[in-house]
Amino acid sequence: MSRKQIILGAYLGGVNHHTAWWHPRAGSQIDFTTFEHTARTAERGKFDFFFLAEGLALRERAGKVFDQDIVGRPDTLPVLASLAAVTTHLGLAGTLNATFNEPYELARQLATLDQLSGGRAAWNVVTSFDAFTGQNFRRGGFLDHSQRYERAQEMIEAVRTLWDSWDGADPLADKASGRFLSRPDAGAFTIRSSQFDITGRFPVPRSPQGRPVILQAGVSPQGRGFAARSSDAIFSPYGRLPEAAEFYRDVKARAVAHGRRPDDVKILPSASFVLGDTAAEAQERHREVRQQQVTGQTALILLEQVWNRDLSGYDPDGPLPDVDPDADAPPIIQGRAFVHQDRLATVAKWRKIAEEKGLSLRELVIDQFERGPFVGTPQQVADALDDFVQNDGADGVIIGSHLVPWGLDEFVDRVVPLLQERGALRADYTGSTLRDNLGLPVPAHAAPAATAVR
Amino acid sequence: MATDHLHIAAALDGAGWHPAAWREPAARPDALFSPGYWADLARTAERGLLDFVAIEDTFGIQSGLLGNNDPDRTDQVRGRLDALLTASFLAPLTSRIGLVPVVSVTHTEPFHVAKATATLDHTSLGRAGWQPRVSARAAEAALVGRRTVADVRRADLRDGLPSGLADLFTEAADVVEVVRALWDSWEDGAEIRDVATRRFIDRDRVHHVDFAGRFFSVRGPSITPRPPQGQPVVAVLAHRAEPYELAARAADLVHLTPGGPGFPDAAGVLADVGRAVDAVGGRAEPLRAFGDLVVVLDTPDEPARERLRRLDATAPIVSDAAVFAGSAAELADLLLGWQALGFRGARLRPAVLPDDLDRIVDDLVPELQRRGRFRTAYPEAGGLRGLLGLPTHVPNRYAHA
Repeated sequence: MSRKQIILGAYLGGVNHHTAWWHPRAGSQIDFTTFEHTARTAERGKFDFFFLAEGLALRERAGKVFDQDIVGRPDTLPVLASLAAVTTHLGLAGTLNATFNEPYELARQLATLDQLSGGRAAWNVVTSFDAFTGQNFRRGGFLDHSQRYERAQEMIEAVRTLWDSWDGADPLADKASGRFLSRPDAGAFTIRSSQFDITGRFPVPRSPQGRPVILQAGVSPQGRGFAARSSDAIFSPYGRLPEAAEFYRDVKARAVAHGRRPDDVKILPSASFVLGDTAAEAQERHREVRQQQVTGQTALILLEQVWNRDLSGYDPDGPLPDVDPDADAPPIIQGRAFVHQDRLATVAKWRKIAEEKGLSLRELVIDQFERGPFVGTPQQVADALDDFVQNDGADGVIIGSHLVPWGLDEFVDRVVPLLQERGALRADYTGSTLRDNLGLPVPAHAAPAATAVR
Repeated sequence: MATDHLHIAAALDGAGWHPAAWREPAARPDALFSPGYWADLARTAERGLLDFVAIEDTFGIQSGLLGNNDPDRTDQVRGRLDALLTASFLAPLTSRIGLVPVVSVTHTEPFHVAKATATLDHTSLGRAGWQPRVSARAAEAALVGRRTVADVRRADLRDGLPSGLADLFTEAADVVEVVRALWDSWEDGAEIRDVATRRFIDRDRVHHVDFAGRFFSVRGPSITPRPPQGQPVVAVLAHRAEPYELAARAADLVHLTPGGPGFPDAAGVLADVGRAVDAVGGRAEPLRAFGDLVVVLDTPDEPARERLRRLDATAPIVSDAAVFAGSAAELADLLLGWQALGFRGARLRPAVLPDDLDRIVDDLVPELQRRGRFRTAYPEAGGLRGLLGLPTHVPNRYAHA
């Protein structure tokens, strides 16, 4: 078997402008049936895992609760625990913030999910230093920006120490001898670091996959290095060759430099898809979807994140705003991740693109706020996806549809069989845990009397 | 439903509430962390038409009653799964029975608690409750390392709670208050999906809660729309004045331990709770009292009293609740006697799992049904609130009709 197996994750579209909630067939963003259908569909398509993002505060614009596009979602971990009951092989991955959670509680919750799912849990680690979000938490938004990675790194190490605090022998549960545990200190831990000073006993034994899988995003060199050292998989921002292949090589090389095998860290960009019976039909459907996703009003709001100004007076069908971004004002949009590091440079780049291509404000947004979808006939999409993976653009993709919850069915019905036919996707599951799905080794157990002191 | 029906809940903890339970022949001590074990128990309870299963939890590892610190033994069950996630796992596997996990409130974030309990109510289609639990041990505080809690000795408890411990109950009342406010922070119907204006919600119907108390502040709104029940059920286990007042202020149900070691009898604990309700200025909706009881029932092979003697010979039970050993008919007599005094029902703690849960479902329930004092089918609708006889239409504190 020389062909690389494509890793497939399924995300459920949530709080953003991509999800077509206005579609006549669009379902609830809250009802469990939505999550159940998507997860079952992904499992029908032999996907590796289902992925759910996290909400910690409703977005606001100019001090008022944001009302444009999807608002509100259920809590990540309880939904994943419920999905564990209606799936058997699908990994269950959730984003959980390292700033607004404590290692003991988070480790316990994820270990519980790992047990209840028979070894299918994964944690996507994100950090936040956002004082706005902090207003919902007793600890507040205390974390300095410079401490983000430190906090995240120590969080992961602490959580792993807790997951490793039981050795494989316990619980012994030997009725005859009356020994429930083989040792009185099963689960004992002490962690002292710049962020944490905790000690005690962890209550959950090791799971069938050893411990949950860890996912991270990594864009900056610091983020890449961090993820290459400590993650099982990385969300890549690159969905197209050749920049994706460059990222791939870089992260795998960094992993090797940390003493890991290249295969020990998987590279996964997110992707969407639009299918058609002909290439032209698919392109037309894609154009329609983009037009619907980015209304004039949505375009203005998306640009407000970068300009950090009220742009409601501008004409979406006119040119880009003639003013410069206001980097010093308090943020006009609160509660969503800001991905454009340098506002002035971003605006300068966009002005150049708009001028060259003759794009209006709205057209520029449609052009630039795109996530690199796979568009075409099922055969074309299967070809493109397989080429992308076989040419080391990634190890797979995390794929979602703009139509919740029915959109994934089309991919599973029409693209998955083609991928299976060419041997790029499993015909059926061969293991029972998420690590089995991903081909990741079960981590060696840490030394007994697990203690981490930094 | 007939008003003289008893309400029966089963509280699930590890291998059962007796420390020797895990060594019984039918016990599955190697499965306590497995999904199938919990699924089987919940399905059994639902087969018995019980009101709810309570899922026991503590923030730290098991260590005996408050005032004891004995975590480091190898001959008893140690370790457990997170109860709220276990309840979430059980939600799609059951369809009528209530799910009431213990949720720690001392070292956790009220915002997380609010969205997690609201989500359990969504995934279970209106069958969620929760039991807030204070974490009073120094060892539990050390698991988080952000605050210190002084351990309490038994002797300290004779004349009311020490002020530090009393504060934890005051804080717990604040947590329940902010959780209830966050549940209400989305009005019913706030999601409008107005395509013409591209508005997904009517933001005038989504509210900041702006809670600022002595211990923490939370701005809100919740990220999760109002749960199906509006206000899921809040249950408090209470043994003395401060927790009675927490229950009186914040809860729908209070779990009491009549006749437990050192505690008054059924009439006495009800009178104490009545005083606590008066002390907080009364309530609009009556507080429903459930009696907690560890139960050891006759099995086809062995009378209950012999079973208990045998279990105690292996490891004697030390419990806050009274331990009942006898026949299903005797248990029915006891519970109906409590009901006559003002209890709405009982939260039974099976001494051995699955044995005593099986006996509750297969012997006690039919016994009560024969006497016309327990439901013979679940009602068609109404969620857990409906099962318990709580109002099913709960006004939203932020809605101005």
